[in-house]
Amino acid sequence: MSLVDWSRAQFALTAIYHWIFVPLTLGLSFIVAFMHTMYYKTGSLKWKSTTKFWMKLFGINFAIGVATGIILEFEFGTNWSNYSWIVGDIFGAPLAIEGILAFFIESTFIAVMFFGWNRVSKKFHMLSSWFVAIGSNLSALWILVANAWMQNPVGMQFNPDTARNEMMNFWEVIFSPTAVHKFLHTITSSYVLASFFVIGVSAWFILKGRHLEFAKRSILIAAVFGLLSSLFTAYSGDGSAYDVAQTQPMKFAAMEGLYDGKEGVDLVAIGMLTPGKKFNDKKDDFVFALKIPKMASILAFRNANAFVPGINDLINGNKKYKISALENRILNGKTAIAALRDYKTAVIPVRKKQALERFRLNYKDFGYGYLPDKESAIPNVPLTFYSFHLMVGLGFLFILVFALILFYSIKNKLDKKRFLLKLAVWMIPLAYLSSELGWIVAEVGRQPWTIQDLLPTMASTSHLSTTSVQITFWLFAILFTVLLIAEIKILLHQIKLGPKEERS
Amino acid sequence: MFETLSHLALQQYWWMIISLLGSLFVLMTFVQGGQTLVSQLAKNHSERKILFNSVGRKWDLTFTTLVTFGGAFFASFPLFYSTSFGGAYWVWMIILFSFIIQAVSYEYRTKANNFLGEKTYNTFLFINGLLAPILIGVAVGTFFTGSEFSVDKLQLTNISDPVISRWEGAAHGLEAALNITNLALGLAVFTLSRVLGALYFINNIDDETLVKRIAKQLKRCSFAFLVFFLTFVVLLLTKKGYAVDPVNQEVYLENYKYLHNFLHMPIVLIIFLLGVVFVLIGIYLGAFKKSTKAIWYAGIGTVASVFSIFLIAGLYNTAFYPSTFDLQSSLTIQNASSSKYTLTVMSYVSLIVPFVVLYIWYAWKSLNKNKVSKKDIEGDDMAY
Repeated sequence: MSLVDWSRAQFALTAIYHWIFVPLTLGLSFIVAFMHTMYYKTGSLKWKSTTKFWMKLFGINFAIGVATGIILEFEFGTNWSNYSWIVGDIFGAPLAIEGILAFFIESTFIAVMFFGWNRVSKKFHMLSSWFVAIGSNLSALWILVANAWMQNPVGMQFNPDTARNEMMNFWEVIFSPTAVHKFLHTITSSYVLASFFVIGVSAWFILKGRHLEFAKRSILIAAVFGLLSSLFTAYSGDGSAYDVAQTQPMKFAAMEGLYDGKEGVDLVAIGMLTPGKKFNDKKDDFVFALKIPKMASILAFRNANAFVPGINDLINGNKKYKISALENRILNGKTAIAALRDYKTAVIPVRKKQALERFRLNYKDFGYGYLPDKESAIPNVPLTFYSFHLMVGLGFLFILVFALILFYSIKNKLDKKRFLLKLAVWMIPLAYLSSELGWIVAEVGRQPWTIQDLLPTMASTSHLSTTSVQITFWLFAILFTVLLIAEIKILLHQIKLGPKEERS
Repeated sequence: MFETLSHLALQQYWWMIISLLGSLFVLMTFVQGGQTLVSQLAKNHSERKILFNSVGRKWDLTFTTLVTFGGAFFASFPLFYSTSFGGAYWVWMIILFSFIIQAVSYEYRTKANNFLGEKTYNTFLFINGLLAPILIGVAVGTFFTGSEFSVDKLQLTNISDPVISRWEGAAHGLEAALNITNLALGLAVFTLSRVLGALYFINNIDDETLVKRIAKQLKRCSFAFLVFFLTFVVLLLTKKGYAVDPVNQEVYLENYKYLHNFLHMPIVLIIFLLGVVFVLIGIYLGAFKKSTKAIWYAGIGTVASVFSIFLIAGLYNTAFYPSTFDLQSSLTIQNASSSKYTLTVMSYVSLIVPFVVLYIWYAWKSLNKNKVSKKDIEGDDMAY
């Protein structure tokens, strides 16, 4: 494996580990804040004990989330040095704002939230729990704005004098539709995960016949929050898919396993890809597939007869639908790169001007100039396809389970539905799985781009030896695994202890 | 209002913000200093618990300050971000690893079934307290001593090898620890963090025997700090510095450059001297009077003096990240900065900072009403 592969592996490893902890923080913070408010309003010690139990689990998860998070920010510099310069003018801003605007709220008020019991006023204490929730969700907003901008780079222009992209419009960056969809889909899906965490743990208590009142109370809150969130996740997921079709057609084709585009494309509900399928071979796309007629066209362009390009169209080009061939884009990219060199080395002003014109004309394909071959323009199709379909399938299952749990919870018949309770416990790992799958779709599906069409991964790395990155990769793998084991052991122990009765 | 400023003025404004964040971070390393003091101060389990809980309520904020420092540096001077982090890889990686193990340690150390055992987590905290201040000091030392790297933007047009910033030092940053000036600064920051940690404990802990021991330890730490700090200041003021020609942006070596910077910017010199005096007052009040106010003097003094040291690294036609490999590759606040538009946007964001400081102040004041003591922690099931 080359330097870029190890750099990608390290980023994937650290991001996947970090994401084990983030969604629970995003969602559980609101659930805890709500419970804390109930305690504040009622003064009931039962609510106090409920709040404290979930807050404790929140804290154990939060600590390791912070630990795994710091590396992600600095990794842009350490392992993606070229990327940091070429887009730092745009990408750095949301990261800095995240720190100033969100992290300080989070870290200041989390101390008050944990240590405020009997030390600060009850009202300020309750508000602190809300600030923690708002702060952590705000931090998600800014980092997702940054991620969305990589997938759909708007509001900027390349400056050949500084050899980088520069921001032209801040509002375009933060209100890009990609950013809006990404933010909404990510936070609501995280609320789904947190709700299942609360429901699953509580269901376990009911199955064991312990803390019934506490468990039912927790389930009711989480089921309402979870059902609403899961419905909104489906809705924002549809918006995300639509956005991908517009801005990242290759990712969309990979998500659907679509090689030959056509009008009125069916959506694959369940399917198995033909193993070993390559672009431009004559094999069928699928071994078998259960399809919903024309649904993919509707999903992608809100039109049942719309043409959806497949991977072969994007590689070979398609004159009828004005898709240029990859070869041409690679050529344009190389022309732009050469024009940049001419511009920077030219002495005669006319030559400089001509080079600049050539550069501007071809810049939209700049990144293609770095691609070594056609294959490198195609993401891993099976990984993207299966991740996407499993994620969507689980998403619908989640809605159903939330609805059932809420129904029986309101009817107060939950303790008799042992199968549903057992299922609820199993929903916890499935929710984690589906959350990670979402990121795999987003990040594997966009390969080879760090910045869509403008900068591929192989032109984004630092000037490091492969060995250096190999060493840090394994250090992270070992350290994060050890810490994860510690976290899970502590978490399970705290859950087994159960909520503590409060006396004052 | 920021739109009317020139690009250079914005670059200077942002260098001041970076300097302020850097100095606030050094102040906040009282947490790291505290972590290294615990094993020397605590004679039993209960005292250890008091000490860890005292700094434990603040660790997250130090961490956040570091992250924000990094983010702000990225947004305002991205060429530094890509050159230093991608180049001095090992120094930054070791620093980051030390913060990763810190982040879980408070929360997990006394929890049941914690896999690694309390001692391991305590050791993690010690390692973070030892390595982070020393290595960050060493890294900042290179702002004055330089590093071996090259920056060539034309490299972007070399398709098979397009990386612009290249590190030429084989040890990828670790070589910086062999430089005496860097090392002096690293040890000065480390010993300062211990001084600040001790002063914070005196302010925050209600336990007479413990405070007596802290004051005794503080005297030793202060002596070590003064030795390293003076060494660094003497080396800094007598060394050649990396000057930039304001007309053609050429970088050249100038004798006594940093001394000149102080003399050309007397206000910075005054801030520096006042800062040093305040630190000394803080040390005196803490070590001899066990005063709870001592941390405020030393804290304000730390921010002032570190702030001014950062300022002379980057302002007044100085290359803040010099390259000893190729002088003209050196980073200045002009060639490493973000565009005028981005700096303007970020300047508006910077107006939020005073509000941030205000709510931190309020939250701390509310939390600190009771000092940390045995009694205080005993009834608290959230305690570390």
